[in-house]
Amino acid sequence: MIAFVIRRLLQAVLVMLAVGFVAFSLFAYVGDPVAIMLGQDFTQEARDRLIRELGLDQPFVVQYFRFVLAAAQGEFGISYRLARPVTDLLVERLPATLELSLCAAAIALFVGVPLGVYTGLKRDTWGSRFLLTVSLVGVSLPTFLIGILLILVFSVMLGWLPSFGRGTVVQLGWWSTGFLTGSGLRALILPSITLALFQLTLIMRLVRSEMLEVLRTDYIKFARARGLRNRAVNFGHALKNTLVPVITITGLQLGGIIAFAIVTETVFQWPGMGFLFIQSVQAADIPVMSAYLVMIAFFFVVINLVVDLLYYAVDPRLRIDKGAAGGHGH
Amino acid sequence: MDLVRRALDSDIYWSFKRSPVVVTAAIVTILVFAGAIFAPWIAPQNPFDLRQLNLMDASLPPVWSAEGTSQYPLGTDTQGRDVLSTILFGSRISLLVGFLSVIFAMFLGVSLGLIAGYMGGTVDAVIMRIADVQLSFPAILIALLIDGVARVVIPRELHHEIAIYVLILAIGFSGWVQYARTVRGSCLVEKSKEYVQAARVIGRHPIAIMAQHVLPNVMGPVLVIATIHLALAIITEATLSFLGVGVPPTEPSLGTLIRIGNNYLFSGEWWITVFPGLALVIMVLAVNLLGDWLRDALNPKLR
Repeated sequence: MIAFVIRRLLQAVLVMLAVGFVAFSLFAYVGDPVAIMLGQDFTQEARDRLIRELGLDQPFVVQYFRFVLAAAQGEFGISYRLARPVTDLLVERLPATLELSLCAAAIALFVGVPLGVYTGLKRDTWGSRFLLTVSLVGVSLPTFLIGILLILVFSVMLGWLPSFGRGTVVQLGWWSTGFLTGSGLRALILPSITLALFQLTLIMRLVRSEMLEVLRTDYIKFARARGLRNRAVNFGHALKNTLVPVITITGLQLGGIIAFAIVTETVFQWPGMGFLFIQSVQAADIPVMSAYLVMIAFFFVVINLVVDLLYYAVDPRLRIDKGAAGGHGH
Repeated sequence: MDLVRRALDSDIYWSFKRSPVVVTAAIVTILVFAGAIFAPWIAPQNPFDLRQLNLMDASLPPVWSAEGTSQYPLGTDTQGRDVLSTILFGSRISLLVGFLSVIFAMFLGVSLGLIAGYMGGTVDAVIMRIADVQLSFPAILIALLIDGVARVVIPRELHHEIAIYVLILAIGFSGWVQYARTVRGSCLVEKSKEYVQAARVIGRHPIAIMAQHVLPNVMGPVLVIATIHLALAIITEATLSFLGVGVPPTEPSLGTLIRIGNNYLFSGEWWITVFPGLALVIMVLAVNLLGDWLRDALNPKLR
């Protein structure tokens, strides 16, 4: 177990160093930060001094090492476009993205799992056929189009819900939340449904296929033969055993949600990190791009790590396999 | 030839004929492809030829509403362009980018998968670790990043001209992993078979063995992945164009059309957005249905 954790941790650090390398290469080779900082008129002397001050005359390895040290302390330089520290910009927008992502994940999970169980148990009813067809349409609908259609119906035609922004937010220290006001909650509805829909269909299909698989196994047949009630078999035995892959995929999808938030935030002009990232890509704002890259990579690595550890903790077979394999050697 | 014969094998053809949904999807796919390919000849108007545009006809609604005319069946946009024609021309760009990026991803993925599977050892480990890392990030993020970097490296004037190729490379590069993993898996199985050993014994070059002997035997699943990937590539292209980092507005794809139309959603001109969106969904859904069917039909486990 400890060896496994250490190996996974080392792997995570390696991935982060690799992503950091890409981000640093962006900094070092794309665009000319010195020219940008000096502006129009400058002397060669001023240029040399600035290069020395910024440490750009140092060897590549030294510069990379300093970049990693600074990044580890949350220091990513200054945005070319907005002339403010990148870290401040990202921290300001972090709550908006996280609240949106959490809402979407909750919707996807609490709607997707029951629908998956239903379509798995009652596979030949009209209801499940309908749901499966709808889910295929859902997979074929790009996220941004779902957003546009929801805006068209609920904002333009019916005028029920706002189509952009977060509504009124309340500051709790550095965290700004939209959960505490009516307009904040209303503003959250359309974006979080947009973001959730794709993951919802994915989870539904996954739970369904896992349920079908588990219901075929011998221990379910045995449980039925013992005369247990359907409820106990379906939920106590079957659903419980489908949860391991569901946890894995949901965990991994959480990263996907944060990434797809880029699209949703652009459609709804949601003031989160994804919207900031798109604006930075359009304006070639390298510091923000590379900081966002490092941060998203960090989220992904942490999520993958937690999911792996959870997997190990939840599924006893993984541990027994190791023991059995060791036993063979003797 | 063997592949063509296998695809027309009665078993698969029978499962094709049996499902009306799949037959419909196939017909729709053919119609959409034909519409895109022959757009310059069948479109009522060339929407990018300024001489054919008439600003007096701007913002006309579709034919079935009161102010619509039969000259513009799906209405016109704010510059007087026929929406049906822009959709036909837009599908052309969307399909072109989709196909080329799938071919690029397939080429890259199959080559790397073959090399990894056939060589084994360190080469295999390095390629597959890179694949693992890339797989843990969503494709759209990788495509966005490549596109964003290209935007900085390439001068602005030049960027408009080659934006479409950058996009193809970005989308293709974000999708090679699936191919590589599948091909590597099949390659590991094929490698130990006698025909490969025989080829090795008579002294053929490893590249020749990979390309001429192993490759034809691992291509089956690759075609299934390619079909499903085509739908994904079209969506990715549309998303990037919608975000404003895809093809330039001078050559609008369906995604660009939706982006442009989105600005007029609130002034009531819904048709400028909704019809290109509908075209995109129909295209992707038809390809997805075909891919799903192909996967099931070629999978012996489900027979």
